[in-house]
Amino acid sequence: MGRAHERHRGTPARAVLAAALVAVLGLTGCGVTRGDEGGENRRLRMMIPNSPGGGYDQTGRAATRVMESSDLTGRFEVSNVIGASGTVAMQRLVNERGAEDLLMTMGLGVVGATYTNGSDARVSGATPIAQLIEEQEGLLVPADSPFATVQDLVEAWRADPGSVRVGGGSSPGGPDHLFPMQLADAVGVDPTEVNYIVYDGGGPLTTALLGAKIDVGTSGLGEFEGQIADGSLRVLATSGEERLDGIDAPTLVESGIDLVFTNWRGVLAPPGIPDAVRDQHIALLEEMHGTPEWQEALEANGWVDAFLTGDEFGEFLVEQDERVAGTLEDLGLL
Amino acid sequence: MIHALLTGFGSALAPENLLFAVVGVLLGTAVGVLPGIGPAMTVALLLPVTYNVSPSAALIMFAGIYYGGMYGGSTTSILLNTPGESSSVITALEGNKMAKGGRAAQALATAAIGSFVAGTIGTVLLIALAPTVAEWVVVLGAPSYFALMLLALLAVTTVLGSSKLRGFISLALGLTIGLVGTTTGQARLTFDNPLLADGIDIVVVAVAIFAVGEALWVAAHLRRRPLEIIPVGRPWMDRTDWGRSWKPWLRGTAYGFPFGALPAGGAEMPTFLSYITERRLAGRHRAEFGKGAIEGVAGPEAANNASAAGTLVPLLAIGLPTTATAAVILAAMQSYGLQPGPQLFEAEPELVWTLLASLFVANTLLLVINLPLAPVWARLLRIPRPYLYAGILFFAVLGAYSVNFQWFDVALLSLFGALGFAMRRFGLPVLPLIVGVILGPRLEEQLAQALQLSQGDVSALWSEPVAVIVYVVIAALLLAPIVLRLMPGRQGPERLEDQVDALEEEVRS
Repeated sequence: MGRAHERHRGTPARAVLAAALVAVLGLTGCGVTRGDEGGENRRLRMMIPNSPGGGYDQTGRAATRVMESSDLTGRFEVSNVIGASGTVAMQRLVNERGAEDLLMTMGLGVVGATYTNGSDARVSGATPIAQLIEEQEGLLVPADSPFATVQDLVEAWRADPGSVRVGGGSSPGGPDHLFPMQLADAVGVDPTEVNYIVYDGGGPLTTALLGAKIDVGTSGLGEFEGQIADGSLRVLATSGEERLDGIDAPTLVESGIDLVFTNWRGVLAPPGIPDAVRDQHIALLEEMHGTPEWQEALEANGWVDAFLTGDEFGEFLVEQDERVAGTLEDLGLL
Repeated sequence: MIHALLTGFGSALAPENLLFAVVGVLLGTAVGVLPGIGPAMTVALLLPVTYNVSPSAALIMFAGIYYGGMYGGSTTSILLNTPGESSSVITALEGNKMAKGGRAAQALATAAIGSFVAGTIGTVLLIALAPTVAEWVVVLGAPSYFALMLLALLAVTTVLGSSKLRGFISLALGLTIGLVGTTTGQARLTFDNPLLADGIDIVVVAVAIFAVGEALWVAAHLRRRPLEIIPVGRPWMDRTDWGRSWKPWLRGTAYGFPFGALPAGGAEMPTFLSYITERRLAGRHRAEFGKGAIEGVAGPEAANNASAAGTLVPLLAIGLPTTATAAVILAAMQSYGLQPGPQLFEAEPELVWTLLASLFVANTLLLVINLPLAPVWARLLRIPRPYLYAGILFFAVLGAYSVNFQWFDVALLSLFGALGFAMRRFGLPVLPLIVGVILGPRLEEQLAQALQLSQGDVSALWSEPVAVIVYVVIAALLLAPIVLRLMPGRQGPERLEDQVDALEEEVRS
């Protein structure tokens, strides 16, 4: 069967056109802004573990764009390696052991996905380069919800854990799932009894909240700005150390719950690269972090700056790996 | 409102915006044509342009891509039996048969005009209804969607073909393919391969079954059978074609718009319901179904374009994206600091009305660009058979690869291509399989969600009024033939259908 594919001499003009289009799209997507002159003249590859337009994609492409346009390095080849919430990309990173030109944007979701998909490619096994940003999770309720504060929610939860329907935009192991589980644990509710319903991203989750199909939604708040601004959704609390600008809600700690939870994104390199190359990558991202363009990108996307590099980031990854594994184990998902 | 719309037209027709609209519809048509790359991915890849152009120009281009993508999928469906998007899978059923009968130009024309009619009516409805119905669409929950999908699945039994057994085998194959993945939290049929964790993309399955399966079939018979020469045919639709197309266009619009506006509606369900309705209502043309009935192209093509307009209702009115493309357009709006929702019409009237006016412009552009091309494309089929099929295969592989940029999908394409070949060999109808792949996972998702929300209480399934109404309809559809058959001296409609099917079978053999 496969042999027939080779014979494309009679390709209709249409297919040629389409092939050209793919090429054009690919180039536009890579945000080609300049040639090879200037900068370090290094050509790097950036792997994105989800589809164009997704969270990792936005962060990864913003970072490469800043590095290219500030002449910090040569052109980036950005590729989306899609599958199993990042597990496929993580596996490829580990397989390209020693590749000195490869970077990958990833985050908390990938940590959990490697466990729930039964993969051996752990994030703590790759070479840590830098953590870039973090995003707080929020507890969202419909405007006419009976819960006015987090304490109301906690009381109802303790009385009958199953009766509080919690919805999130990520599958088990993802940030929107880990957050309510760790929250339940922190307030003395058995995580296995939490009634968590998976929605396919922010859109369906918004629908469920507006239609009051669920009692509480857990998610990053970026996608809900409109509904929060017009009052159709309320935020009970945010999960970070400090309050979020523009969101009139206390942190969990202020509400008397001892939990700080953030969704984060960062950059990894394959395992087994020389220290000199690792240091070069780290220096590159440090330079990028210092540019005004990056600060603008942070602001435009509502990302919180959370820059960690090298060993510090490595220790953080190990800690995250253990914490996620612990939560999933408590839930019987491992 | 009229004044605001006219101002919008003034702005949408400004040279710069018009240029972006043209670029948008051309790009959209092109990505619609290419299987695998859809409007959502295109808009996502073009997001960086929002850093350089004005909000209205970018949104006009994105809307053009969206409408163009919905239309473009039909061209390859009809000509090459290679659906570019999941929403044009149904179009391939009758459209490609028409093309083989020398009526490619008519099929392309009814698709183009139907898309225009549906897109225009859809946009009028969008303007009229957006502020009012948006609040209402979130009321429907998982129980209602489950009921609607159950209805759709039951409707398949009417298109199982002459042999119910073969129909059910095909449906079972489709549902099995739909099981693959870990979306339920459990790995099913993934063989520990993470590449299967997200399930199998419908575009890969459809392209394999339709295009690859057919290419293999043709290759297997090239030597033994003389080549059927595709007749040249007339270049335009005649009076009969118009007469048979306009009602399906309107009915397709009536299906497409509400499903597009519903959060879990999508563009596939209405094309599929439209096809079944047209088949039911075709009257004396019913026998043409399966051999190239124009109604079967007109209805579904109108439905998928109307659904694109419907999608913009919740997006603009309450900032609710119901499709992947809408979600990316929302991200683009947010990167400009625009927040869709009730306040958008008041805060940014100029932008909103320019966007709405540009939808009419995009629709007209699509018609103007594509209608004259219909006879030109139709001539593509005159390429000698071996070259044509080589081209189709090249195209199919390119499309399968570009879904996820994984060679693995090309392997799947070959596997399902072999299945498509076998299905032709053993006379299994393909529609039930496609329906199974599309509806199976969504049916399960809604059922699981409904039961999880009610903590396992089954009565939740009929807790919503819409769900109850749909179940009544289902009961009526199931009971009607039995009642009719029991009445003395009358022949039930089902029996009549069986006879027609038997006749069809005779003609075929």
